[in-house]
Amino acid sequence: MTSVLDAESLARKLNDFIPDVVEGHSEGDVWVKAESIADVCSQLKNDPETNMDYLVSVSAVDYIEYFEMVYHLRSISLNHGVVLKSKCWGREDIEVPSVTHIWQGADFQEREVYDLMGIHFNGHYNLKRLLLWEGFPGHPQRKDYLEDPR
Amino acid sequence: MPIRTEPITVNIGPQHPSTHGVFRMRVTFDGEMIIDVEPIFGYLHRGSEKLAEERTYTQVITLTDRLDYVSSMSNNLSYVLAVEKLSGIVPPERAMYLRVIVAELQRIVSHLVATGFFLNDVGALATPLMYCFREREKILDMFEMLCGARITLSFMRVGGIFQDAPSEFWEALTDFLEYMPGYIDEYERLITGNEILLSRTKDIGVLSSEQAINSSISGPILRASGVKWDLRKADPYDVYDRMEFEIPVGTVGDNYDRYLIRIAEMRESLKILQQCVNQIPDGPIRADTANLIRPPVGDAYGHVEGPKGELGFYLVSDGGISPYRCKIRSSSLINLTALKDMLVDTKLADMIVTFGSVDINMGEVDR
Repeated sequence: MTSVLDAESLARKLNDFIPDVVEGHSEGDVWVKAESIADVCSQLKNDPETNMDYLVSVSAVDYIEYFEMVYHLRSISLNHGVVLKSKCWGREDIEVPSVTHIWQGADFQEREVYDLMGIHFNGHYNLKRLLLWEGFPGHPQRKDYLEDPR
Repeated sequence: MPIRTEPITVNIGPQHPSTHGVFRMRVTFDGEMIIDVEPIFGYLHRGSEKLAEERTYTQVITLTDRLDYVSSMSNNLSYVLAVEKLSGIVPPERAMYLRVIVAELQRIVSHLVATGFFLNDVGALATPLMYCFREREKILDMFEMLCGARITLSFMRVGGIFQDAPSEFWEALTDFLEYMPGYIDEYERLITGNEILLSRTKDIGVLSSEQAINSSISGPILRASGVKWDLRKADPYDVYDRMEFEIPVGTVGDNYDRYLIRIAEMRESLKILQQCVNQIPDGPIRADTANLIRPPVGDAYGHVEGPKGELGFYLVSDGGISPYRCKIRSSSLINLTALKDMLVDTKLADMIVTFGSVDINMGEVDR
């Protein structure tokens, strides 16, 4: 069974690494500051105790007041996982550091989030729309997207 | 004086007989060698994630059928597992066994289709494909007995399954378990040692285990690269923890290994099916749940080891009757991340073979 890392001790460990990076935690979920996502991820990957070598998925959820980035991380060698979350406040010009240099598997997933949610990933080498065509108006996965505004 | 060559960019697809749907890639060649690959998606995008936000939890099951339409059962299973995790519903034993049975049958179907089309791409035009489709047909008949549909099944429900299996299903399944090992032997006799297949697939499209893990590859491709990782063992769901089976792994990670892994996995699926038939208890097939599910506020991630890799659903609930957000972790899309690594420095003629060995389904790539 894939075990879930204890969020509290992980939060303490991350705070030691980057002061005040953790904004909150609850069983298996850790909220970190959006601008430090890439640093936290590379720490989690390189630390032999966590060794998160596998990025399961990158998702974004639109909560109207803020967007939440959700990273499902897993260690294949140690068979445990953790969910990393990050709140990005506002509606326009949201920027998050890219994790493509840590896991190549983030490539298409970040492009998809950019395409459908309109979140920019700093440092992505090829941030283009993935599913829709260039020039498509808006980002349709957003809650306020209306195809035919009336 | 060396001969100077200009790189040539060739567009392949979206309408191309060997791209298994509407896949398009822009490939740059130096002479005959591939130097760059850029896949282009979106020709089958239907906005399934957005559509799910407007449907009730039960109605979304029909959308999942249409993701990877050769493995609808696995898609159904992944989705209902996520909803059950979100709402704390536990299905009865018999339902869990039946789910495992249909999921394994579906895995055989998907691997048969993958193997058949892969051989089609190698150049064994249509004949091996028809051999594979012969057994696929038998399984689709069984699905028809279960729920009346053959492709878009919608067989699973949150907290169980649609209905119990009729008696003729069990007869058909018993027969199937008897003759299927012989048919797999037949494919192996015809194909596995074939010299043309060996020369077209050995040491071509190699993916190392580090690259595979780093690119989030899952399923048979990850295992062909030598990583012993299978969610059915690593994070068992339903009744997989009671099943005894091996995880076949490859050594080289080339096209041939990927073919061998699929053949070996079909044999392991038959083992699981036999154990399920022996162990399945009597009892109800659905938990006592309301038809209109309102999970509590929160989020959950459910995943299965689908035939093509890890298929996951990340669901967010706001307490209403439809998901607030339904994110699909598509194994086909993410497995294509490593396509460039596999293709660069191989020849034009190997391109379609390598692409075929990845086994994707455009319905799941574009969603």
